Amino acid sequence: MRAPSSREAALGEVLLAVEDVSLAFGGIRALTSVSFDIRKGEIRAIIGPNGAGKTSMLNVINGFYQPQSGRITFKGKERTSMRPYAAAEGGIARTFQNLALFRGMTTLDNILAGRALKMRRGFFWQLIRHGPALREEVEHRRRVEEIIDFLEIAAIRKVPVGRLPYGLQKRVELGRALAMEPDLLLLDEPMAGMNLEEKEDMSRFILDVNQQYGTTIALIEHDMGVVMDLSDRVVVLDYGRKIADAAPDDVKSDKNVIRAYLGEPHGVSV
Amino acid sequence: MDIIHKVFIDPFVQMGMAPDLLVQTLWDGLVGGVLYALIALGFVLIFKASGVFNFAQGIMVVFAALTLVGLHEHGVPAFVALGLTVVVMFVLAFGVERLVLRPLVNQSDIILFMATFGITYFLIGFGQLVFGGNPKVMIAQQLYLPNGAIEFKGLGGFVSLQKIDIAAVIIASVMVAVLAVFFQRTRIGRALRAVADSHQAALSVGISLEQIWVIVWFAAGIVALATGIMWGARSEVSFSLQIIALKALPVLILGGLTSIPGAIVGGLIIGIGEKLAEFYWGPLLGGGIESWFAYVIALGFLVFRPQGLFGERLIERI
Amino acid sequence: MLYREAGQYKTNYAADMAVFPILQDRIGMAVILLIAFVVFPLVCNDFMLNAVLIPFLIFSLAAIGLNLLTGYTGLLSLGTGAFMGVGAYACLKLTTFFPNVDIIIWIIASGFFSAAIGVLFGLPSLRIKGFYLAVATLAAQFFLEWCFIRIPWLYNNSVSGAIEVPLRTFMGIPVTGPTATSLTRYLVVLSIVVAMTWVASNVVHGRIGRMWMSVRDMDLAAELIGIRLLRAKLLAFAVSSFYCGVAGAMMVFLWYGGAEADVFAIDQSFLVLFMVIIGGLGTLIGSFFGAALIYILPIALRAIPAAFGLPIRPAAAEQLTFVIVGALIIVFLVMEPNGLARLWQIGKQKLRVWPFPY
Repeated sequence: MRAPSSREAALGEVLLAVEDVSLAFGGIRALTSVSFDIRKGEIRAIIGPNGAGKTSMLNVINGFYQPQSGRITFKGKERTSMRPYAAAEGGIARTFQNLALFRGMTTLDNILAGRALKMRRGFFWQLIRHGPALREEVEHRRRVEEIIDFLEIAAIRKVPVGRLPYGLQKRVELGRALAMEPDLLLLDEPMAGMNLEEKEDMSRFILDVNQQYGTTIALIEHDMGVVMDLSDRVVVLDYGRKIADAAPDDVKSDKNVIRAYLGEPHGVSV
Repeated sequence: MDIIHKVFIDPFVQMGMAPDLLVQTLWDGLVGGVLYALIALGFVLIFKASGVFNFAQGIMVVFAALTLVGLHEHGVPAFVALGLTVVVMFVLAFGVERLVLRPLVNQSDIILFMATFGITYFLIGFGQLVFGGNPKVMIAQQLYLPNGAIEFKGLGGFVSLQKIDIAAVIIASVMVAVLAVFFQRTRIGRALRAVADSHQAALSVGISLEQIWVIVWFAAGIVALATGIMWGARSEVSFSLQIIALKALPVLILGGLTSIPGAIVGGLIIGIGEKLAEFYWGPLLGGGIESWFAYVIALGFLVFRPQGLFGERLIERI
Repeated sequence: MLYREAGQYKTNYAADMAVFPILQDRIGMAVILLIAFVVFPLVCNDFMLNAVLIPFLIFSLAAIGLNLLTGYTGLLSLGTGAFMGVGAYACLKLTTFFPNVDIIIWIIASGFFSAAIGVLFGLPSLRIKGFYLAVATLAAQFFLEWCFIRIPWLYNNSVSGAIEVPLRTFMGIPVTGPTATSLTRYLVVLSIVVAMTWVASNVVHGRIGRMWMSVRDMDLAAELIGIRLLRAKLLAFAVSSFYCGVAGAMMVFLWYGGAEADVFAIDQSFLVLFMVIIGGLGTLIGSFFGAALIYILPIALRAIPAAFGLPIRPAAAEQLTFVIVGALIIVFLVMEPNGLARLWQIGKQKLRVWPFPY
C-alpha cells in the first residue's frame, strides 16, 4: 500500500468530469444522472453488479454513445458528444471487455495500428515507401518494440492475434492502447478470464503504466482484491445510478454498496 | 425554367391527358412488381431462417424454369415434368445444405454471401451445359395457363390486360397467402420462425437446423419455380432473367431483409415506380432508365433509412 | 533445404520490415522480372502474348484494384466492370481532345477519372456496410453501364456504339491501334503493371494498408484508435477505382483495340471478384494467382481435351468454366478462405523445412 499523502500529492487537477449524465436506449435507462470526476494521474475504479451501466459509462466517455443529457468535460473543454475518433485524437484510449483486436493482423501490426494518429507522412510518400515513409515506420517500430518489451510479448510479435490465448490477446490490446500514448486510459475488465498469475502480471503492468508514464487510468473491474490494491478512488454504480464515490476502504464498508452486491441481509451477519 | 417544367410538370400532364396509358403503365408495373416480389420472397425465406443472403435466388428461378421446359422437350408430359422439377428443386436444396451451408456454418455473413455467388455461377454453367444456352419457350399452354388478353375500352382509350399477367398476380397472391398461413399455423412454420429468431434457442428445444434449412431452401425453390413459370410465360426462359432478378435486391432494401409483407410492398413500389419512371421521365434521358432506376431508389433508401420500410433496425452492441 | 532463412539475420528494423525479407524471395522476384521482361519477349509467339500474357496482366491489375477495396478494406464491390469502363472511356476522350500527348500518360491519367467516380459512389459507405454496400455498388454498375450506351459523346459518336482505338505512338513506335505489335503492347502493359504493383505493395505495407485492414477487421475499433472511417473508406474506393480504371483503359487500348459497352457489364465485375476470392482476399500475389486461374482455365479447358484428341465446343468450354469456377469458389471458401495465396504460403512453409516433414 502506498502512503496516502504522497500519492495524494502526486494527483493533479481534474482531467475528466462527468456531470449528470443520463443515457437511455429506448425504454432501457442505462445511466441516470451519474456524476464523478477523474483526477490526473489517478487510477479510478468503476465497479458495480452486472448491468449497472459501467461499460455504458465508458462508451459515453469514449464517444460511442451520446448521452441524452448531462455534460462531459475533458481537459477543461466540454466534449459531451464527440465521435470516437475525436476522443482518440484528444488522448483517450480504450480496451474492451470482449476484445476489439484486428484479428487479421499480427501482434506487431495491431500495436503499430495504435500509432495511426502519430504517423503523419503523407499519401505521396506512402506510394514510394522508401525514404521518409519508411523512416517514419522504423521510428514508430522502435516505440512499439518498447511497449512490446514492457508487456513481455516479444515472443509472439509476429503471430496473428487470432491464434493467441485469451490472456495474451488482452495484453496485445493493452499494448495497442498504450501505443496511442493516451492521457486517459479506459480499461474494461482487463482481468476478466485470467488466472491468478495473469492477474498479477496485468496488475503490475497497469501500475507501471500509471507510475512510469503518468497515464490516468479508469478501470472497470469485478475482482475486489484488484480494485482495492490498485485504485485511488472508486465509483460504484448500480442500475445506472451512482451509489458511492470514495476511497477503496470506505467503499468496501459502505452499506449501499454491500446491499447492491449481496442484497438485503435476512438475519445473516455480513 | 424549361427543365423544371419538363421534369415536374409535363409528365403529370401526360398522365392526366391519357389516363388509359397511365392505367396500362400502372398495370404493367404491378405485374413486374409482383414478379420481383416473388423473387424477393425467396430471399426473405432463406434469410429469415438461415441468415444467408442467397444471391443465387435469381438463377434458381431460371434453373427451375429451364428444368421444366427441358424435361418437357424430352417428351415428358407437362404435369409430370412439373412434378419432377419439384423433385429436382428438393435435390438442389438438399445439395446446397450439405455441400455449402453445413461446411460454412460458422463463417461470417460475407463469406456465405460469396458462397452463394459460387452457387450462382455453378448453376449458370451447369444449366447451360445440360439445357443449352438458347432461350426457350415456357410450356404455358400445356400447364393450362391462360393466354390472350382482356381489353376494355374506357378512360379515353383502351387498356389491355394480358390474361397471363392476371393469372400471375392471382397465383402470386395465393402463394403468399399459403406461405403466411404456413408460417403462422403449422408446426414447421413455427420451427422456421424459431430458427430465424435464434439458432441457439432453436437448437436447445430440439429443432434440427439442417432439416429446417433444407425445408427453407426447398420452399424458396418452389417459389422460384412458380416465378420462373410466370415469368417464362410472359416473355421467355433465358439466362438474361438472372440479371433482371438482381432487381430483387433493391426490393429487399426497400422492404427490409426479414419482412415478407415488406418484400411484397417493396416489389410493388419498385415495379410500378420503375415503369412510371421509364414511361414518363425516360424519354427526357434517352430511355432505358429501367436498368438502373430501381438501384438508385434503393441507394437513396440506404442512405436515409438503411433498414428499409419494414425491416428491423440493427443496433450494434459493443 | 534451399528455402532456409538460417543465417539471414536482420540487424535493423528496416530490414525486418522489408517486403521481401528472405533472400530467396528477393532472388525469386528478380528471376520472375527477368523472365517477364527478357525471356518472354524472345520466346513467346503472338498468340501467347495476345491471348494469354497481356490479358493476364491486365486482369491482375484489375484484381489488385478490387483486392485493395474488398480484400484489404472489407468493402464488397460489384462495380468493378463499370469502374474499368470509366477508365477506358476517359482515356478515349482524353486522347481525342489531346492526340499529341503520350497515350501512356493518358492511360494513367484515366485512372483519376475512375477514382473520382469511385469516390462518388463510395460515399454511401459511411452509412452502409456489407451486402447493402454491395447493392449500392450495383447502382453504380448499372447506371454507368447505361451511360456508356446512352451518351454517344463518350464513344465519340461512333455509329457502331463502340470505342474505336486510334493509332498512337510512343517515341515513334506504334503502341495502340491496328499497327501496334503484340510485343510493344506487351512491354507497355508489363511495365505499367509492374510499376503499379510496386506502388500497391508500398501502400499496403505501410500505415495506409494497416488503416484499411483495421477498418476491415473491426471498424468500431478502428475508430477508437483515431481512424476516420469515411476518409479511409473513400481513399480505398479512390485507389481501387484508379487501378481498375487503368486496367480498363489498357484493356481497350492495349489489348482489344476497340470495345463495346458490354465489355464492362456486370459479368466483368463478377469475374474480377472471383479472381480475388479464389486468389486470396487481402493479398497482392493472390490477385495474380486468381487472374491466372480464372483467365487461363477456359483456355486450358479448350486446349487439354484437344491435346487428347477430344475436341470440345468453345461454348461448352466456357460453360464448364462457369461450373468449375462456381464449384471452386465454394471449395475455397470452405477449405481455404484465404485462397490460393494462403496455399502458396503454406507451400513455402513446407519448403522451408523440406526435406523434413516439420
